[in-house]
Amino acid sequence: MKKRNWIAYPHIVWMAIFVLVPVFIVLYYSIVSISDNGIQLTLKHFARVFEPLYLNVFIRSIELALISTAICLLLGYPAAMILASKNLSKRNMLIVLVIIPMWMNFLARTYAWMTLLERNGLIDTIVKAIGLPPLNIMYTDYAVVLGMVYNFLPFMILPIYSVLSKTNKSVIEAAEDLGATPMVTFKRIVFPLSLPGVMSGITMVFLPAVTTFVISELLGGGQYTLIGNLIQQQFTLTMDWGFGSALSIFLMILILISMGIMSKYEKENEGGGLW
Amino acid sequence: MQDEIIRLSNISKNYGANETLKNINLYILRNEFLTLLGPSGCGKTTTLRIIGGFEQPTKGEILFEGVNINTLPPFKRRVNTVFQKYALFTHMDVYENIAFGLKIKKLDKKTIENKVTEMLELVNLPGYEKRSVDSLSGGEQQRIAIARALVNEPEVLLLDEPLGALDLKLRKGMQIELKNIQQRTGITFVYVTHDQEEALTMSDTIAVMKNGTIQQIGTPADIYNEPKNAFVADFIGESNIISGTMIEDCLVEFSGHRFECVDKGFGNSEKVDVVIRPEDVKLVDAQEGMIEGIVKSVVFKGVHYEMIILCNNLLWKVHSTVMEPVNSRVGMRILPNDIHTMKKVLDE
Repeated sequence: MKKRNWIAYPHIVWMAIFVLVPVFIVLYYSIVSISDNGIQLTLKHFARVFEPLYLNVFIRSIELALISTAICLLLGYPAAMILASKNLSKRNMLIVLVIIPMWMNFLARTYAWMTLLERNGLIDTIVKAIGLPPLNIMYTDYAVVLGMVYNFLPFMILPIYSVLSKTNKSVIEAAEDLGATPMVTFKRIVFPLSLPGVMSGITMVFLPAVTTFVISELLGGGQYTLIGNLIQQQFTLTMDWGFGSALSIFLMILILISMGIMSKYEKENEGGGLW
Repeated sequence: MQDEIIRLSNISKNYGANETLKNINLYILRNEFLTLLGPSGCGKTTTLRIIGGFEQPTKGEILFEGVNINTLPPFKRRVNTVFQKYALFTHMDVYENIAFGLKIKKLDKKTIENKVTEMLELVNLPGYEKRSVDSLSGGEQQRIAIARALVNEPEVLLLDEPLGALDLKLRKGMQIELKNIQQRTGITFVYVTHDQEEALTMSDTIAVMKNGTIQQIGTPADIYNEPKNAFVADFIGESNIISGTMIEDCLVEFSGHRFECVDKGFGNSEKVDVVIRPEDVKLVDAQEGMIEGIVKSVVFKGVHYEMIILCNNLLWKVHSTVMEPVNSRVGMRILPNDIHTMKKVLDE
């Protein structure tokens, strides 16, 4: 094994150039102020992060991401169970159906939702046709959550499916044999055994959801600023790289903490999911 | 009257076009150790799963204490199963595994604790309560699986090749331990195995199965000494199976010689299979034998030598504690009692 270590070198070099170095550049920008007087160390960018205006953006982003993650879990877990059930003849086809949307460009998919949701779009036309008032959810939180759920649902389904399909069927039979009804079997055996997959799914949905800026910009109409939008604006509109970097670092710290908490749960039952 | 606890009546099971079980009839007595024995694919595990409630028979009835339980789901049956690969709950410790069934029955905490402790003593693993399942060896996991099933005090315990994954020595030890547990608890055991020696060691009754049918049911001694057909004879222990002709009652001809035997009731000149156990052939000097042959090979097996002897174009397997050198001529004598004749099985 040791002899082949050099195989990893290209990867290490790649990671160093394109991950580590940029992180340090961001870190650098977040703690200096560049003015005519030269470069000075400062914490003023981080101080701004904690202004209520911006903290609220964080809270809103986390809130929407949590809601989306919860919906993904509620929709994804039963879907994964169906996929993993043993009497499914068209399993592979259904799995492909789950994955196919991911083959399409992310932006194209989100633009497609815009056409569906917009005033007098396809969905409102149908709703009106059956005599209900138009939904008008374009450019609302609902649209943003819908976009997140749609885009990230496969990342919830697949890790849970992967764990469920590996669950030993005789363990489930053993529980029934010992007197557990199907409900109790699910609560005490199936669900606890699938927790590693659930944790992977939550991480893989929550992370992109909390950092997205495309979905909120397109479906939220830009009026509902999320943390992703805020960071993007600092780099493209206001050109305040220092503040943008501080926001990024703060977000990174939040994510690291939440992943740390997740991995604590995951460690107990390793080997689940796609990580 | 014998106390019958389970009866399978004309049970058949099809998977698509595959007939896994064909008209199985079997009754199981209270407190007996019954073994379903057969090669893989003979339907023994399916039979067990039908009793456990994990499979539904395509045809036929399964009666528990005289009541039809065909559609009763597993969690309502008063039987418990020890699964082939133990199927322990890996996210729980030993205590929680064993207590699982009791907690579902909502027994109070103190009773559960006492019963679990008692069970761990029964399976010789006292003090293992807090161990995680993954840290146990195969043999220990096996005992936990048995304890988890037994603690519910089932009327019948079903065991699906429970010792299959253990090494020989451990397996032998567990065989005796299982038999002890069965005798101490007085619970009916239905045991599935493909290991004839295991079946002979532990069972009160053996049902030999092949291709979804029961070939013979009887005590281990019956089955070993009086196999009903060539398949059973061959599966239970080693045997020489020779084609012969029944000349008349108590006289059979094979290998060019007429032998006295004890079997009656065949037609005169009926073709039969003759089964002779390797240990029942006595080797004598060439001229003193009923038939004679040439030793082709000798293998030392520990207690005895196994010799292959060519006689009348047939190879005989013979066990003897005395070795005859290769290529020597030997005579063979067989006592009337050791000659087992049986009807030819035509279709195979």
